[in-house]
Amino acid sequence: MNVVSNKWIGQRTIRPDGADKVTGRAAYAADATMPGMIWGKILRSPHPHARIRSIDTSKAEALPGVKAVVTAKDIVDFPVDTPVPLGIQDMRWMCRNVMAREKALFHGHPVAAVAATTEEIAAEACRLIEVDYEVLPWVIEIEDAIRPDAPILHDFLRFEGRPSNIAGKLEHRLGDVEAGFAEADVVIERSFATRPVHQGYIEPHACLVSVAPDGKTTIWSSSQGQFMVRAMTSLLTGIPQSDIRAIPAEIGGGFGGKTIIYLEPVAVMLSKKSGRPVKMVMTREEVMRATGPTSASRSTVKIGARRDGRIVAAQGTFYLQAGALPGSPIRGAAGCAFAPYDIPNVHSVGYDVVSNRSKVAAYRAPGAPIGAYAVECVLDELAEALGMDPLELRLKNAARQGTKAAHGPVYPRIGFAETIEAALAHPHYKAPLGKRQGRGVACGFWFNAGGESSAQVNVTEDGNVVVTTGHPDIGGSRASIANITAELLGIDYRRVSVLIGDTATIGYSNLTGGSRVLFASATVVTQSVEKVITQLRERAAKIWGIDPDAVKWEDGQALPAGDNAGRFPPLTLKQLAAKASETGGPIGAGVQLNTTGAEGGFATHICDVEVDPELGIVRVVRYTAFQDAGRAIHPGYVEGQMQGGVAQGIGWALSEEYVYDRQGRVDNASFLDYRMPVCSDLPMIDTVIIEVPNPKHPQGVRGVGEVPIVPPLAAISNAVYNALGRRFYSLPMSPPKVLATLEGAAA
Amino acid sequence: MAKLHVSTTINGEPVEFLCSPQQSMLEVLRNTLGLTGTKEGCGTGDCGACSITLDGRLVCSCLMLAAEAEGREIGTIEGMAQGDRLHPLQRKFLELAALQCGICTPGVLVAAKALLDRNPDPTETEVRYWLAGNLCRCTGYDKIVRAVLETAAEMREEAAR
Repeated sequence: MNVVSNKWIGQRTIRPDGADKVTGRAAYAADATMPGMIWGKILRSPHPHARIRSIDTSKAEALPGVKAVVTAKDIVDFPVDTPVPLGIQDMRWMCRNVMAREKALFHGHPVAAVAATTEEIAAEACRLIEVDYEVLPWVIEIEDAIRPDAPILHDFLRFEGRPSNIAGKLEHRLGDVEAGFAEADVVIERSFATRPVHQGYIEPHACLVSVAPDGKTTIWSSSQGQFMVRAMTSLLTGIPQSDIRAIPAEIGGGFGGKTIIYLEPVAVMLSKKSGRPVKMVMTREEVMRATGPTSASRSTVKIGARRDGRIVAAQGTFYLQAGALPGSPIRGAAGCAFAPYDIPNVHSVGYDVVSNRSKVAAYRAPGAPIGAYAVECVLDELAEALGMDPLELRLKNAARQGTKAAHGPVYPRIGFAETIEAALAHPHYKAPLGKRQGRGVACGFWFNAGGESSAQVNVTEDGNVVVTTGHPDIGGSRASIANITAELLGIDYRRVSVLIGDTATIGYSNLTGGSRVLFASATVVTQSVEKVITQLRERAAKIWGIDPDAVKWEDGQALPAGDNAGRFPPLTLKQLAAKASETGGPIGAGVQLNTTGAEGGFATHICDVEVDPELGIVRVVRYTAFQDAGRAIHPGYVEGQMQGGVAQGIGWALSEEYVYDRQGRVDNASFLDYRMPVCSDLPMIDTVIIEVPNPKHPQGVRGVGEVPIVPPLAAISNAVYNALGRRFYSLPMSPPKVLATLEGAAA
Repeated sequence: MAKLHVSTTINGEPVEFLCSPQQSMLEVLRNTLGLTGTKEGCGTGDCGACSITLDGRLVCSCLMLAAEAEGREIGTIEGMAQGDRLHPLQRKFLELAALQCGICTPGVLVAAKALLDRNPDPTETEVRYWLAGNLCRCTGYDKIVRAVLETAAEMREEAAR
């Protein structure tokens, strides 16, 4: 840790983008316009599964005002037999997701697109496109998709030698589970189900694209990574990356759902064909039908312990719904499920199952809440069977420094046990409960991530600082970067501007996702600032005619040190900036790195619920989240991540779910019928930040964004059991389900 | 169809525009008048991102026809700060980190101001039910509710002075 003074790190400073966001100035994807701009619209499949025999666009093209029509023929095809990985995605699936090729694979799957002078004409032209479909049998739910007689989505997928909807399998093994279970005094095995839930960002996907006659392409869009937008658009349109400038608009929420693209390559081809800038904005209904969500799941978890509470074996099987194309987050489910615990024998398996619904996108700690839901509910039953306090059981088995996790790593210093100890000691855990109230606890883990990051730190001529990084700021990361820069330079944070560069102005930076942004960007910003400080010391040394090693940087100024101490008056950043030209030119430095050392994040949650037996409504009445943040650079935004993740977890547990009708269509594709928590549904969400610094980061940062959504599903389930004496093994615990269960119990 | 001519007042200033009969106020604000601070999250009146005031009353501009603005007074997020002086709610949202991505923030601020204009001393429950029409997916509402309550307390103190 090279931070000694902590004048700004840990302070609740005002975010650099704040004034823009409270006054309506901040420009999001749909807020931009260009001269000559026209509007793009997508025609979507009315069938959940259908072969596309032909598409006739002639009538649409003849409609006055229509400037271009695009189909799959205009998008680069990646044949299914050759993988083309890009990050965690595969372009074989991306090209088929942005525009249906051989088949429409879900209701809402894009089949064609139109650009016209108005939105109305574009919509009218979509209606004039004639698609000849051969309607095919379809399948949506996991249990239906893995039946031997299920309709097969993809002829090229084989599992265990046969055509199958199982697109992949991932397995983690540690020790010998059979031998482990033989040692156990108590074994609990249960099965669980969760429904698909949407990321629920309030800003629909949107983009504004211009392709000039020379092929130079500008993309203004909202995403979790402008470099991802550039790379995927390049691959899908054939335009070289160097000709594409992807500008990150302010992003109105993503939660993983904007780590892939939907509109950009389509808009590029429409712009290329029409010669006009093209704007595309999804409706909420399109967002709900054709983007995200995350997987539904079917899980079975078995855990065995000795009478003293020591867990000796654990086994988990997790089936996750991928949607129309392979790629569900089985790694998060199977990998994170048992990761908080020191268990000698583990076997964890995930299956990736395709079916006729929209392809899943990442959603906050992808897969991890599904795994933790099953494991943490089984642990609750195990604690009950052993007569142990559920937190004491977890503390006894908590992973610590040196624990070997089934998914691979041996943990360095982690703060997991500290989160449980803090929960045990917290007044919430001992507070009396009211009538029909119950308390539950659960823990959670997320891998966190490092990866590629770039930064440029420039000193302005008037002695202030501009920092540019390459990750879209989704939850306040600019504020944290300002704190760190101000701390290291010893200047007021208000003298630091923090910007997100576009693909032409900053070096490659990986996605905003995986709780990696502050870990990675703080690393490259720190190294850039250190280089700037070296330059400042050299400039001062030159002015004073002494050796740079005899100059130290302190409190925003250069001071002569050692034998020279006191020989010259200090030189401030402003003074050095003013003399920059004569001492060697502009002052600034950039660093580009593939960062490593992002260690896992851990949390423990306590939840109190109250159940209304007349209406079946479960209300969360008190919630406290404990999390090891490593170092909270801006505590307000760390708390914000914790509170937001908990609220999303509450929605997943109690009210959110995709409902399909008998034609295989999403039946609740609106914010009215897809019920995310609103302000009156929730209590205050209390947070306790624990700081066990990450030894592999200059400020000790661990990712904080994902972990908070991992424990709530089980914490709430366990609290409902505590209130009612009945366990639910599927989510959401919505009023109809709770009521049916209570009435069933009474009958 | 011929366009309609509408004369209205937006944030205290006289404004004229042409619109088609079916156009929403939201569409005209954003696409005709360039007032993009008002956001579209759903277009069906379920998320509150497009909240504005119509003669002081809180409405979803996506559910209002632009032609209805004739002779009325409209308030949007762009009219909330006075010059470079932020409204106390805007200041408090920044101080308390009551926003993350910020897309719901204009609507939440317009709605919160409409509440405090009516009820300078709301309880937490009143704030939560008043803002129940404004979806926020980032914050879990905690810091938003605290910011509204703290602003109300400060504005009452200010008024008592």
